[in-house]
Formats: sequence, structure tokens, C-alpha cells
Amino acid sequence: MAAVDVIGLTAERAAAMLREGECSSEELATAYLERIEAFDPALHAYLHVDPEHTLAAARAQDQSGNVGLAGVPIAYKDLLSTKGVPTTAGSKILEGFIPLEDADVVARGNAAGLVSLGKTNLDEFAMGSSTEHSAYGPTRNPWDQTRVPGGSSGGSAAVVAAGLAPWSLGTDTGGSIRQPAAFCGLVGLMPTYGTVSRFGVVAFACSLEQVGPMTLTVRDCALLQQVIAGGSERDATCVGLREPIVLPEPGRLDGVRFGVPWAELEDGVDLGIRERFDASLKLATELGAELVDVELPYARHGLAAYYVIAPAEASANLSRFDGVRYGLRVDAPDLRSMYEATRSAGFGPEVKRRIMIGTYALSAGYHDAYYVQAQRVRTLIRRDFDFAFLGVDAILLPTAPTTAFPMGARMDDPLAMYANDIFTLPVNLAGIPALSIPNGLVEGLPSGLQIIGAAHTENALMRFGAAFEQAIGFDPVPPALRGGAT
Amino acid sequence: MSGERIELGPDEVRHVATLARLGLDDAEVERLAGELQSILGHVATISALPIADVPPTAHSLDVAGALREDVAKPGVTREQALANAPDPSFDGFRVPPIGS
Repeated sequence: MAAVDVIGLTAERAAAMLREGECSSEELATAYLERIEAFDPALHAYLHVDPEHTLAAARAQDQSGNVGLAGVPIAYKDLLSTKGVPTTAGSKILEGFIPLEDADVVARGNAAGLVSLGKTNLDEFAMGSSTEHSAYGPTRNPWDQTRVPGGSSGGSAAVVAAGLAPWSLGTDTGGSIRQPAAFCGLVGLMPTYGTVSRFGVVAFACSLEQVGPMTLTVRDCALLQQVIAGGSERDATCVGLREPIVLPEPGRLDGVRFGVPWAELEDGVDLGIRERFDASLKLATELGAELVDVELPYARHGLAAYYVIAPAEASANLSRFDGVRYGLRVDAPDLRSMYEATRSAGFGPEVKRRIMIGTYALSAGYHDAYYVQAQRVRTLIRRDFDFAFLGVDAILLPTAPTTAFPMGARMDDPLAMYANDIFTLPVNLAGIPALSIPNGLVEGLPSGLQIIGAAHTENALMRFGAAFEQAIGFDPVPPALRGGAT
Repeated sequence: MSGERIELGPDEVRHVATLARLGLDDAEVERLAGELQSILGHVATISALPIADVPPTAHSLDVAGALREDVAKPGVTREQALANAPDPSFDGFRVPPIGS
């Protein structure tokens, strides 16, 4: 069997190789599985890999003829239910849980012929920005193994950056696709709320989260979004796409108006990130775009509003983990102490913190002051974006104010960890789409450019992203993996 | 992070934990009291905003929910429903007695 070189291999190219008979799906899957065996022990990006299962699925695709994307491998965040395959959400409380059904996005992947390589690591219940809050241990960043890959979809980012999968799915509740994509030199899309089904996604904060692609290129991002987006009769909040996703071609940006919220960039942005961001603004004008000052006066309150709304929804969603129907149970003499003992043993420190914040914010006497007030701020953030988009085609911001930080650096300071999502979470509060693309290196580490659009403008965002991508010319393969090294 | 001073003592932390059905030991109560004071203090920066007349947003969809036809379809079997249960018993979920 000829070894396939999968380092830096895009899903688009892999699909072409399969269609043209340059390799089989089984050979492709074998190449990734060999790399997983060699490199994942150090990175700890996968929580579950089942080579027999993967190879059987690949052979089935080879036998039915590889058309379209059929036979291309993929990795799924372990927040996504997979029928008959363990799904932990990164939590001890779901250890050993075997879903009865596939998440809609996984079912769509299966229908397209994608072959699952495994389930990827995440912060427990997607609560975190570093993947250090996984109950199964942290994932390391392939660009620098002393640093975090970002989070909560850190495993999904690390496997693509390290060549352990050609692409992956993550979920984004406050930046959990875009920030790890930025930290690992990838493209990541937070889709418009309601365009991708959440059926089978272990719920954290239902009004904020969406599933989205994490890829090496903007075109791969569009290809995967074509697979997963669309209405579902199993998710009443999923209204589907207004127009089909098209594959973007790189080109110029003549006549495009980009908004720049300068006031948001004044504090707390690392110098190197700011330099890369300013360089991308210069590129935009060289490509023919016009830069327009915009103001998002309530965006700075997004962090506070988010840390009421997301924990409030989480405290309600996580009440289902009670030791009765699935997952962990810690025995106790009566029902109430069984609940308390089970939840105490099953949830990690960050999940307990958020359940406590959410329960407090929803409790009698505090509901109006915290929860309703945060929802009013949410309205104002949405209005800020609506107003800005009257005059611009998209808004540009750094994806995160820093590059990947050292492991352990923020674990003792929850607010410092939360603050890394300052540029991403207003997007979730507004329910609008945002694309993060690699924006060059800062001291050897990737940085991200975030392109934010009005609802249902994914095609425009990916067209802009493809133009930047070509002009920036970023190599998404970490230096240690270049040169065909195995 | 600047913020307002929020007083949150061990008794209040224990009360919230009871509402959330979370068992906490004394060390966790002490640690969480400090952390929640700091986080809620930051969150409280929005409490003084003069926005009482702004309608709250619960979700960002600008269309009504997508509803399917109400037709009966096969569901999971009892055996499937009990497959992940920590203590299945005959045809149900067994739990300890209510009340001590």
C-alpha cells in the first residue's frame, strides 16, 4: 500500500485524489491513523480513536465509488453525539455514554461519505478557552507544545494543524471555533445562528452556540459548510440557509467597505497582534477595499452580558445530569444526596463555577438585576452591529487579543481566561456569522483575522476571506512538520 | 478587571449550591466564594447602565421557530432508553428513596 503524504493536505485536494484514483479512502485513512498513533500521545488531541471502525467505513466508501467528498476523513468534536461511539463532552459525568443517535451534523457528514477518524478533546461541556478544562487532560498546540491550542474546540484545531485530520467540526458558543483556529493557524467559521442543526450537540448555551468547520483553507471551510448547513426537523431553532454556500475564488476587494471599530482596539491587545491586524488593513486597501470607522459602543459590555447569559443557560441545561438516566452515578442513601454527590464528583471546577454563576443569576431577587439586564445589553449589541452593517459589508477585528498562551498561565484566574474571548463573544450574542483566517505569525505563533458579517452573509465573508488568504500567503503547516517529515 | 464589590459569604454559596444540587466541600465553598465575588463583580458593571426601557433579547433568530408536521414516528425502544442508565431495573430507572 503506497503511503499517502497527508501533511498540509486539504480536504478539497484529498477529494480530488480519491475521485481521480490517486489513492483509496482506506489508504488515506491509514495515513492519518499512522500519524495519530505516532503524534497524538504527545498532543492528546483525540479522546476516542477506533481504527477498525474508521477503516471499515473507508473501505465501504471505496466500494461504493468515491464521488464528491465521499471517502474524505474528518474529526468530530466530542460534544457531537455519534451513534454507538462514546461521547463524553470532555466530562467525567458522561464517561462511557453511548449515544443512540448521530448529531444531525454527523449524519450529514455520513450522508456525504465522510469517514470519521475519531472524537476530539475539548474543555468540559465546551466551557473554556484553552482545552485545559477537559476532564481527560489538556491538548497541546502543534505550533508550540508548551502552549494551549485554544478552546473549547482545541482538539479539533490541533488535529488539523498537526496533520492528524484534513478538517474537523467544532462548536462555537463564545469563540470556541474561531479562537482555537486563530491559535493553531486555521480557518474557522461561526455560522449565522439557526443555519446549522444543533440536534445531538450536548447542550451548553442553546441561544448562543452553533457547529462550524475548522479547516486549512477558506475553500475547505465552504465545502464543509455545504455539508453541515441546512434546516432540520429535529431542531426548531434551525431555519437553514437563505442561499446556497458557494465555493469562493480569491480575487480583489474593489468596492468592499470594511468597518474597523478602533475604540475596541485601544486596550488589552498584544502589540504583535495589533501589528498583524494593521498589516491586514493595509492589505485590504491594496486589494481595493475601503476602510470605514465604525462604533460598537456596547460590545465592551459583551463579556459581562455573556458571563450571565451563558452560565444561566448552562445551569438549566446541565440539570439533566442527575445520575438517573445516563452517565455517572455516585450512590447515596436518598435521592437528593445522590444528585449532589453525583454532580459533585462528575463536574470539574470550571463547570461548577458556571453552574453556580448561572444559578445565582437566575435565583429569586437577582433575576432582573443580572439575567434580564444582560439580555438588554444583548439587544443593544445586536443593534450596534445592525447599525454598523448599514454602512459596511463586514467588520474586521483580531480574532483574539493574544497568540496561544502558555499552558497553566490562566488556570488560576477565570476572568483572565474569559477575557481572551473579548472579540469573539459579541458575535454569538448577536447571532451573526464570523470567519477567522490565519493572519501571519507573531513571534512564531499564528494570529487570526476575524471577518464579521450581518446574518446570512457567509458567502461574502468567505469571498473576502479567500482574497485575504491569497494575499497573506500563510503556510498552515507548523515548521516542525514541513519538508515531508513524518 | 475592575468591577463592583459583591458580598458573597459561605452561607450564600451553600444556598446557591443547594439550588443547583451541587455537593461542595468546605474548601470548594471558600474558593468559590472568592471566585464568584470577582466574576459577579465584573458582571455587575452592566447593572448600572440606564437601559431599563430596552427590550431584552432571549435569542437572535429574527424568524419564528421551524416546526415540523405533527406525525407519529418510531421512537427509541425501552431497552435502548435504559441502555445508558447507571441502575436500570426491569422496565425503569431505579433511584434511592426520596427524603431521608
